[in-house]
Amino acid sequence: MKEKDILDAIKKIVTPYTQRKEGLENFSKETDFIKDLEVNSANLVDVILDVEDKFDIEIDNDSMEGMLTVGDAKNIIERKLASA
Amino acid sequence: MDYKNILEKLPYSSPFLFVDELLKVNEKSAEGIYNFPVDSFFYKGHFKNNPVTPGVILTECMAQIGVVCLGIFLLQNEKNDLNDIKLALSSSEVEFYLPVYPGETVKVISEKLFYRFNKLKCEVRMYDKEEKLICRGKIAGMIKNESE
Repeated sequence: MKEKDILDAIKKIVTPYTQRKEGLENFSKETDFIKDLEVNSANLVDVILDVEDKFDIEIDNDSMEGMLTVGDAKNIIERKLASA
Repeated sequence: MDYKNILEKLPYSSPFLFVDELLKVNEKSAEGIYNFPVDSFFYKGHFKNNPVTPGVILTECMAQIGVVCLGIFLLQNEKNDLNDIKLALSSSEVEFYLPVYPGETVKVISEKLFYRFNKLKCEVRMYDKEEKLICRGKIAGMIKNESE
């Protein structure tokens, strides 16, 4: 799967949980879920569950804790897809 | 299973404790009852001269039995030592069907939808003595043991 496709999928997943819509305008690997998009911690769990469903992968607690930015999420998704 | 142990860990007290007894708690579900005392503080103002249990209080009762008690059980299952439980309601979406008047006893039944990364989301229903549905909805909260 191409990097752009993964980023587009993450953007689509996170959009309904985003409080700060301006954060979506310059959506990139550097986008921070909490600081830039103002997703709350409970909705960040929803984002992860949606990512699991979309990519058919399982994200463990350690990976979750390292998932601060869109780039982190992309790296985790790529790693899980590669090992699947 | 010792449900008293769960009740003792509840971080609420009167006038904001809405659990009397737990009937059943397991990995997937919880069931408990609460009697709304006639002299509960909210009846004085909700409504003027017409006491009815506020929907937010019914929601709170569903959350305490259905999400918090179940959450404490699940936390106990993964770690035995619960020192300092931190809670936050994260979402609720509840529909109401019947009013609850002063003195009524209600039964709350909750089924776990998921429990991941400290978030517990449940499908919760409340019934009256005749087993008629009072309200139902989905309630989620964050729960963790601070000493972790």
